[in-house]
Amino acid sequence: MTEQELFSKMQKSIIEGNKDEAEALAREAIEKKIHLNEVVEKGYVPGIQKVGDLWEKGEYFLPELITSAECMKAAMAILQPEMEKSQIKTQSMGKIVIGTVEGDIHDIGKNLVSSILSANGFEVIDLGADVKLEAFIEKAKEENADFICLSALLTTTMLGQKKFIEVLKEKNLYGQYKVMVGGAPVTQKWAEDIGADGYAENAMIAVRAVKNLMKG
Amino acid sequence: MIQAIRPKLQLLSKDFIQKIIDEALVILEKQGIFVENQEALDLLKEAGMKVDESAQRVFLTPQIVEDSLSSTPSIIKLYDRAGEKEYVVGEDEVHFDPGSAAVTILDHKTQEERRAVTDDLIRFIRLTECLEHIHFQSTGLISSDVPEIISDSYRLYIGLLFSKKPIVTGTFRVEGFKPMYDMLVAVRGSENNLAEKPLAIFDACPSPPLKWSNLTAQSLIDSARAGIPSELISMGMTGATSPVTIAGTLVQHVAENLCGLVICQLAKKGAPVIFGGSPMSFDMRKGTTPMGAIETMMIDSAYCQIAKHLNLPTHAYMGLSDAKINDNQAGLETGIGAVLAALAGVNVVSGPGMTDFESCQSLEKLVVDNEICGMAYRLIDGISQRDDPIATHLFEDFKPDTQFLSLSHTKNWYRKEHTFPTIIDRDTYDYWVSLGKKSIAERASEKVERLLRENPPSLPAEDIIKELKKVMFDDAKKNGISSLPELKLD
Repeated sequence: MTEQELFSKMQKSIIEGNKDEAEALAREAIEKKIHLNEVVEKGYVPGIQKVGDLWEKGEYFLPELITSAECMKAAMAILQPEMEKSQIKTQSMGKIVIGTVEGDIHDIGKNLVSSILSANGFEVIDLGADVKLEAFIEKAKEENADFICLSALLTTTMLGQKKFIEVLKEKNLYGQYKVMVGGAPVTQKWAEDIGADGYAENAMIAVRAVKNLMKG
Repeated sequence: MIQAIRPKLQLLSKDFIQKIIDEALVILEKQGIFVENQEALDLLKEAGMKVDESAQRVFLTPQIVEDSLSSTPSIIKLYDRAGEKEYVVGEDEVHFDPGSAAVTILDHKTQEERRAVTDDLIRFIRLTECLEHIHFQSTGLISSDVPEIISDSYRLYIGLLFSKKPIVTGTFRVEGFKPMYDMLVAVRGSENNLAEKPLAIFDACPSPPLKWSNLTAQSLIDSARAGIPSELISMGMTGATSPVTIAGTLVQHVAENLCGLVICQLAKKGAPVIFGGSPMSFDMRKGTTPMGAIETMMIDSAYCQIAKHLNLPTHAYMGLSDAKINDNQAGLETGIGAVLAALAGVNVVSGPGMTDFESCQSLEKLVVDNEICGMAYRLIDGISQRDDPIATHLFEDFKPDTQFLSLSHTKNWYRKEHTFPTIIDRDTYDYWVSLGKKSIAERASEKVERLLRENPPSLPAEDIIKELKKVMFDDAKKNGISSLPELKLD
């Protein structure tokens, strides 16, 4: 099998959501000592990009999206330790601290965003649900994060997003991190009103929004 | 005289029902269920259930479920504010109430959703009061002009002030129960009177999959002890927070609700419980939770069939829509839902007025939906013989020019056999044009204003108003709130 054939198999494994295959191919690449940066860039990443396209075209739905994202994560989990060993610098797209705000136990939407972001090359630190506002800040400091993403499903907990911006301002940290907000009751207008940097109505749009904010 | 048969919707065979219940019992026994409330865990432990304290997980035996089922009443009687009119919740009785706890209202003038304020809630409650096919009231809107912390007690306060009908409500915080209970007691005069003649239903939703939170478990316990019926609102989202198959979601639904029922019965044997829900056919493309999906309605109808098999009163969120305005979709989803709910014999049907995934209420839609509910009621009345013979006598002296308009038979029966909606369009085209080519939403809006103008508020007696006010203001004060919106109470 040529490298090219291996790369296209990798793409296919991600597009089809075949986790066993994606993992096996990652191991194969390590054995064959193929340059792992190329494996990621030419094998797996085009796969997840194609999945994104299929989603936008309306051919893929959430189950396909999430399965492919999980495959991507599984393959990366095998590749990353090897890359670190051989001191290959992985190109992180950016570091993101994400969680559902205090008082809110809903995290299905947040989980989706978190999976899709990490599948797209972002380093995601997921704090889970019912996360205290302080905890977001502590983690972001500790990890030197680029982004803080706050999810809220309830109109009551949505107020936590607003409060979070106020806390950042009090601590003179406003502007230090890009803040993204999301969740069922959240709108672009709300994001603007409270002074958040971005809003996305679904996981794929979140990827695009984060990428745009990284550029800008 | 041949009586009408009650038309019935049945989606599951007896064997299928039993299999679903059996699997739910296996899950409760082997996997257990999370109960994040110490008092509930203590009750369950006392009853001999295996409890994993650190994980707040309890394992229920089939026996305790069976015992709890046998002590749960199959019929609940609710009473209006005056304690006079009785409503049976059970068997195949159907009562509609507006979909509850919307955060926005569809503003008729702007045709946009906006946050609701006290005045909207009052108009909503007063309108519901005037609609004959909406039997129960619901605390259907959350007022954004009072602090979030007291929004549960505040909406009941407004409901009890402006409505005589029984009311479907619920707590948003553990501390919310006390003031809400005190308000109900204030209306009835004593705790005993309230337990004897329940005026309100309290909703409590488990968190899927398989969890009763601290708030909801506490609501079950407090309500059971006060004699307030608890409505168990399991709400799996197919393929997201519950299994993707309809049958799989039913298994989880039954498991969650049965655990709620056990908690109620352990808190007080014989406590009134309604087997309800708000499950959703999760949309895998949009990540949304359509209430108007036919599959959502199939899950609803099916779990109600299972609940009936268990001799329990039933509830469902049906007769609502995901449309954003009062368009075709709003009508068709609401119509299908209301008709299916009536055919399934759902006792409490929450939905009318609602749009946008249970988040918005529309006064115009409520008026339209009232007519839909009327049609559903007519449907389940079925077809009766009425006369004996049925019709042969009408054809005596039959001639080519025979007509039926002037017969006494016609005059006797036409109002019983046929219904006459008021805002559904049955005009000729020319007449409709002459009236200004109005859409149903425009006609409904006019009816909203007319009903509110012509029907003064149904306020309770002076002393009850005083007592309700006191409870509300005490609760506000306890939460550091010194003023509430001014109400016109005369």
